[in-house]
Parts: sequence; structure tokens; C-alpha cells
Amino acid sequence: MIGFEINGSAIELDVDPDMPLLWAIRDAAGLTGTKYGCGAALCGACTVHVDGRAVRSCLLPVSSVAGKSVTTIEGVSGGTAAAVKQAWLELEVVQCGYCQSGQIMSAVELLERNPSPDDAQIDSAMRGNICRCATYARIRDAIRLASRSLSGRSEA
Amino acid sequence: MSAKTRVNLARRSFLKAGVGAGAGLTLGVILPPLAAAQDAAPGLPGSGALVAGRFEPNAFVTIAPDNTVTVISKHLEMGQGVYTGLATLVAEELDADWDQVAVSAAPADASRYNNLFWGPMQGTGGSTAIANSFMQMREAGAAARQMLIAAAAERWSVAAGEITVESGVVRHASSGRSASFGELAEAAARQPVPSAVTVKDPADFRLIGKRVPRKDGSGKIDGSAVFTQDVQLDGMLTSLVAHPPRFGARVNKVDSAAARAVPGVVAVHQIPSGVAVVARDFWSASRGRDALQIDWDESGAVTASSATLMASYRERAQSAGLVARSEGAVDTALEKAANRLDASYEFPYLAHAAMEPMNCVIRLDEQGCEVWNGEQLHTGDQMALAGFLGITPQQVRVNTLFAGGSFGRRANPQSDYLLEAAAIAKAGGGKAPVKLVWTREDDMRAGWFRPMYFHSLRAGLDAQGRPVAWRHRIVGQSIGAGTAFESAMVRDGVDSTSVEGASNLPYAIPNVSVELHTTEVGVPVQWWRAVGSTHTAFAVECFIDELAHAAGRDPVEYRLELLGEHPRHSAVLQLAADRAGWGKPLAEGKARGVALHESFNTRVAQVAELSRMPNGGFQIDRVVIAVDCGIAINPDVIRAQMEGGMGYGLSATLESEITIENGAVVEGNFDGYRVLRIGQMPKVEVHIVKSAEPPTGVGEPATPVIAPAVANALFALDGKRARRLPLGVNS
Ligand code: FES
Ligand code: FES
Repeated sequence: MIGFEINGSAIELDVDPDMPLLWAIRDAAGLTGTKYGCGAALCGACTVHVDGRAVRSCLLPVSSVAGKSVTTIEGVSGGTAAAVKQAWLELEVVQCGYCQSGQIMSAVELLERNPSPDDAQIDSAMRGNICRCATYARIRDAIRLASRSLSGRSEA
Repeated sequence: MSAKTRVNLARRSFLKAGVGAGAGLTLGVILPPLAAAQDAAPGLPGSGALVAGRFEPNAFVTIAPDNTVTVISKHLEMGQGVYTGLATLVAEELDADWDQVAVSAAPADASRYNNLFWGPMQGTGGSTAIANSFMQMREAGAAARQMLIAAAAERWSVAAGEITVESGVVRHASSGRSASFGELAEAAARQPVPSAVTVKDPADFRLIGKRVPRKDGSGKIDGSAVFTQDVQLDGMLTSLVAHPPRFGARVNKVDSAAARAVPGVVAVHQIPSGVAVVARDFWSASRGRDALQIDWDESGAVTASSATLMASYRERAQSAGLVARSEGAVDTALEKAANRLDASYEFPYLAHAAMEPMNCVIRLDEQGCEVWNGEQLHTGDQMALAGFLGITPQQVRVNTLFAGGSFGRRANPQSDYLLEAAAIAKAGGGKAPVKLVWTREDDMRAGWFRPMYFHSLRAGLDAQGRPVAWRHRIVGQSIGAGTAFESAMVRDGVDSTSVEGASNLPYAIPNVSVELHTTEVGVPVQWWRAVGSTHTAFAVECFIDELAHAAGRDPVEYRLELLGEHPRHSAVLQLAADRAGWGKPLAEGKARGVALHESFNTRVAQVAELSRMPNGGFQIDRVVIAVDCGIAINPDVIRAQMEGGMGYGLSATLESEITIENGAVVEGNFDGYRVLRIGQMPKVEVHIVKSAEPPTGVGEPATPVIAPAVANALFALDGKRARRLPLGVNS
């Protein structure tokens, strides 16, 4: 049994300790918002927060999050998350949407660490998140928009 | 388009029936929506029946007593925004409030949901979704509106002509009465289905041409949107398949003992495409697959390698191929020309690499089979599954879910992964629903690539630098050969998708020859976003640029002079050039390049602006895109498709390449098959040509234009002509 917190609730999973966190979340916990894209920490589709840090869940053994707090797209909340989601909707970032859970989890963590990232910092924080629909220009704009709305500045 | 368009539905249905006559004049197959409505089974959308108070005037609209208008999409939503587009068309004519409109996926049913451009087949591709649905969806909305008005007129005992509809409210002004759609739904369902409807004058559009929120936006930012990968059914098992390491290899012997011993593994089956491990969850299936001991029979395996193949293609291009287009006398004109130019271009195999690797869920039951899939070739897959399982197509029930991208891959003419899933479910005795999951490596190595191509071009210029002769030879595999699409795609040995974009060269040149050598290689190939244009646009647009340079002319002016018969081409080119500041001086170390291309009846021009980097590489700073896609239904969706389509093409411009070595794919994941990342995405500006022409597609046409625009800018930057794609990393 591996116990951890997921989206604020305690959970105990009877799974292979080597099972990647991604599959524990999807197949055992039944939360399917976190996506599989590469299984090799190359695409970012599986990004979740572990104790507030963005991690790729597809390679991380579930045993390594025992006792920790995991947040997925279904549970991510707070002012930064709200601002990011609002910006995503306002700028119509999504196309197929498959990468977007991971994009949003990475963007929220970035803005929580650095509320006013410049373009280079955005590119570097989001580098690990592939979008095959190439929504990148809007992702960049949406992060800037969320950043502005968080700092209370009006839209430039 | 100045007056309201009165559409006689009966007449249209006759015309449509005529189109399908070759396939047998079966009304059930090609009935238009309104007539088909009478025909459909009760309870299905379009049954014309009243189901629990819902109003289902036709196969595309239902109105519930709770005031929800549901638009039924016959097309797959794979990111291109088609749910939003189709809903806009219906809501426009229905005068619905945008917020009351929801969208759901149609079942697979060729009789009601066929692609009007494809005859009796339902499917999404070739950037046809909006174009083929434009009038159909508007008529569906207009018919529903007319029935709502008739119901109100009857209820209020007033003349129908005095009733207005606005934002989901039906109103009789002089008596002050009004009702919501929901309140009228039941009564409207009892009205006769109109035999003719009037659609709006474009001047009265309230939604078309405006920005409305995407219908699939919110579910895709909170994890609630359901993709095939997310389907969970009671008792469902997950399966992974070990595919042959080389194309054409087969299973000789399997030792599955170790695999079966892995906890969670339920079964191991040998199937036509490899060895399937069926387990309780993905991880168990994956560990089970790793434990398989398979002895492959490689005696029939493909031995080709990319490098040797390309060398043989180059050789083939020395001789004349089958004629795709021929005008004038090219050889004589080349001989007499004042100046001759030659160029060749090489293109690798490309994987679609949709973000969601291929997958599907299949359940066999007493009624037949039920499928959950990001379904792009609805009735093609339905028929293939029926054939494989020995049941009728109607017994194959298809649930279409959001697709995490496709770029053509999910419209596989051989229904490859669906039949694989069906084989696994069948091998398991049909006891449990099976979810087939491909890993990224499976997805990248199983094939169905954009084919590898070699192009050889020769042109002759007169003393003034005008082109007088143009010979274009293309060498590569046929996408259509051996598929159900062969008869439609291949004429006299020429696969139209191998030469499209080259055979319709828009430039006025008196002597033109476009030739094709079709090769046979055991590497499976398929359409890839923008299909033939993904290579022809590069060859044509790089070469015309080279001609302009040889003539000492500005590349934009040179093209414009040759586009006399194509005013819409000229207009997009001019628009992109103007907005990009073409001709204005740039700082040292910066340059611009331009390209123009028509695909799927949509014209796109792009200007790329590059900077040289201190490390010797280059960076794409800005791309200006102009597009003429007829009437712009959803301008923001069009912009998104231009941005994303260009970005998708940029991956192949810069880095993506599938390499075959001895019949096997070298690349397996995003470390080897490199794709565009955020830092490489330029700033993008999109300008839409104002038009009253019928709408044409936007999903694909931006993709092929970026590679030649960037290559031409690179030439302007450093004087070197690109002869192959990908160009190499830019930063
Ligand atoms: S699935 Fe984890 S990074 Fe791609
Ligand atoms: S929206 Fe499709 S992969 Fe990002």
C-alpha cells in the first residue's frame, strides 16, 4: 500500500511500487485529466505537481510520492491556477487539448515561482511541454496575460 | 450572395442522389438530412420523432425542453475547431443564443452523416468539414427555426410572418408574447418538416464572421474532456502489442510464460500484427510485453534504408515519368531558353506524431461491436470492422471522442489499429472490452508515414528572365494505391496526392511538364497534414524564388506577374507582403522570405523573417500569414489553424525526420524525432482576406507554406539554397 495525498484527499493504492505515478493516477485513482504522451519525460503531457513542484509523472515511481501531496489538473486551484485557466479561455489557447493539462500545470508552477516571467523565462519553463498543435504563441500570450492579471496590472 | 437564398430541399436531394448514382441509387445512402429525418430510427437524432419532449427536426439538431440546442457533429473534433464551426452555422440560421448550444458527436452512419464531398462515406479530412457542411448545417438550423415559428404561430394564433426569433427567443411583437425554444420544443416537433427553407442573407449574419467562444474550450482546461485514452468501462482490460521490429517481419515463435507470470497480465494472444499482451492496466501490460520472448521471422522483411532509397529515387528522376500535366513542348523550349536552371529537393519520411498516440476501445457483444475512438473515417472503419468480425456495418456502433490530434493518422485507409484492437478482443473470446494503447514508440515505429520524395526541377528563362519552360519530376510512393481510395485518387497510374500542388502550378508558363515516378517500398505510407503539398509546395516555391533571383527580380513582383489568371492568389500574396513590410529595409543579419500555395481550395501566403544567431544558426522572428478561405465563419479559429498549421509545418521544416534502416525505424520518441518546442515558435500574425465566396478549409493549408518561406529567407540571409528538408535546428 502506498499512501499519499491527491488533490487534497488521502489515498491508499495497492499497486506495484515501481508503477509510474502517471499510471497510478490514471488507472488506479481513475483521474484521467493527466495525459500520457511519451512515457520518457520528453513531452510534458503528464505534468503534475508534487508538493507544489511540477514533475513529469510518467517516469516517477509511485512509491517516491509516499506521504507527499500530488495535485493534478482536476485539483489545481488557487489564484494562480484561476488566472491561468481564465487566460487560457480568453485567448482560446486549446486546439486538440491533449497537451493542455500538462501545459497548464507547468504554467501554474512557473507563475507561482516567478509571477512576472519574461519571454526567455517562459520559454525555458515551458520547454519540456510539447504541443503538436503548436499552440505555443497563444500559450506564451496566455502566461503573460495571467501574469498581468495576477499583478493587478491592466492589459498592456 | 446579395439576396436571401431560397433552398428547395427536394431538388437538392435529387441532385445529391444523382451524385451517388454510381454507387447505386440507394436513397438511404445519400439522403439529405431533412428527408433522411423521416427515415431514421426513432430515438436517434433526426428521427423526426418526439423523444421525451425533445424536438429533433433533423439529423443535426435537437432542442430539449430545458432549452438546450444540441448540434450533432458528423465530423471529428481533433483540434481544428469543427465543433465550434458547425455549431456556428446551425446557431446562425436558428437564431439561437450561443450559450444554449452544445455539440455532440454523431454516430457512424453513412445514410445521414456522409461527407457531402465524399459520396456515401462519413469521414473528416482534406479540410472539407466546414466546406461540405456549410449549406447543410445552415439548412438544418433554418428548418428547425421554421418549425419553431410554425409552432408559435399555431399556439398564439398569429401569422407566422409576424414572428421573429432572436438569441433563442421566439417573439410576437404586437401581442407581446414570447417563448423560449425549450418551451416550444414539443409543439415544434409536431410541425411538418419543411420541404424548403430560406437561409439568411450574409448581411444579416450575427455569429458567422464574429468571435464566439470555442465549444470545446473549458473541458480541455480542467481535465474533463474525454479522449479515447480516458475511456473507462466496467471490466475493461488494457492491451499493448509487440509489433515486428522491421516492416514485413512476422512472428515465428512466442514464449509468453514470463509475460503471463507478470502480475496483472490476463492473456497473451498472437494476432496478425504481432503479439498482444492483455492486462488489468497499462503498467502490467507494459511489463508483460517487456517479458515476451519473440522469435521473429524476418525472411520477408523490408531491407530498404532511407539513404539507399533516396539514391535510387535520384536515379529514377533522370528519366521521364508518367505525365501528370503537360502543356506546350517543354524539351524544345528548354533547349531554346536563354538560361536554364536545375534544382533537386529531398524529403524524408515523416511521422504524424499526434500528441495522443493511437488507441481505441472495442467491446464485442450480442448486438455486434461497440467502438470508442477518435474516429476520423467513420464509415470506412465501420465497414472494415464489420468485414473482419463477420457482422453488418450497422452492428458496429461507433462512439466518436475528441482526438488528441491526428493530422491524418486516424483516417487510416486500412483501419490498422482498429482491426488490431478487434483482433485482440476476438482472440479473448469477446469477454471483456479491450483498450488498445500504443506507446509513443509504437506510434512512431508502426509506420503510415508521409512518404519520402525526391523532386527534380528544370526551368528555362527567356532573355528577359521570364520562365518559358518548367519541368517537374517527382519520385515517391503512392498513398492511394492499394486502398479503397485508389479509384478516386489514382488516374492512369498517377496518384493525384503525389503531384497535387505541382500539377496545379498557378504560374503562367507556356511549356509545362509535371511527371511522376511511383515507387514501391514496403514502408506503409499515409496522408499527413496537407498531403502532397507538404513536398510540392517546397519544391515549387523554392524554385520559383530561385528563378526570380536568376532574373534579377523581386520574388513577390516576379510571382505577381505570373499570377494573372489567379487573382485570389495574387491578393493573398499582396496582403502578406504588405503586412510584412516586404521591401522595407531590415537590420543587418535579418532577412525575409516568401511563399504562396493553394491547397484544398484555400490560398495561403507567408512571409518569414529570420535573424542570424551568434552561433551561426538562425532564428525565426516573425511569420506573417495571409489566407483566403472564402467566408470566414470563425475568424479566431481560422487564425488558430493558421498559427498551428504553420507551427506543425515548422517541425518538419527544422527537425523532424523518420529514418529507415534495413526496414526498421530508427527514431522512437521525441528525443530522436524532434518536434517544434515553444522557444522555436515565432511571433505570428494572421490576416484574413475578406470574401463572399463559399468557405474552404483551414486545417491543412498553412502547413506546407512555411518551409519554403523559411528556406527562401535563409537564401536571402546567406545566399545558400536549401535542397533538402529538414533544414536543421534553428537555435
Ligand atoms: S508522458 Fe511524461 S513527459 Fe511525456
Ligand atoms: S493542443 Fe493539441 S497537442 Fe497541444
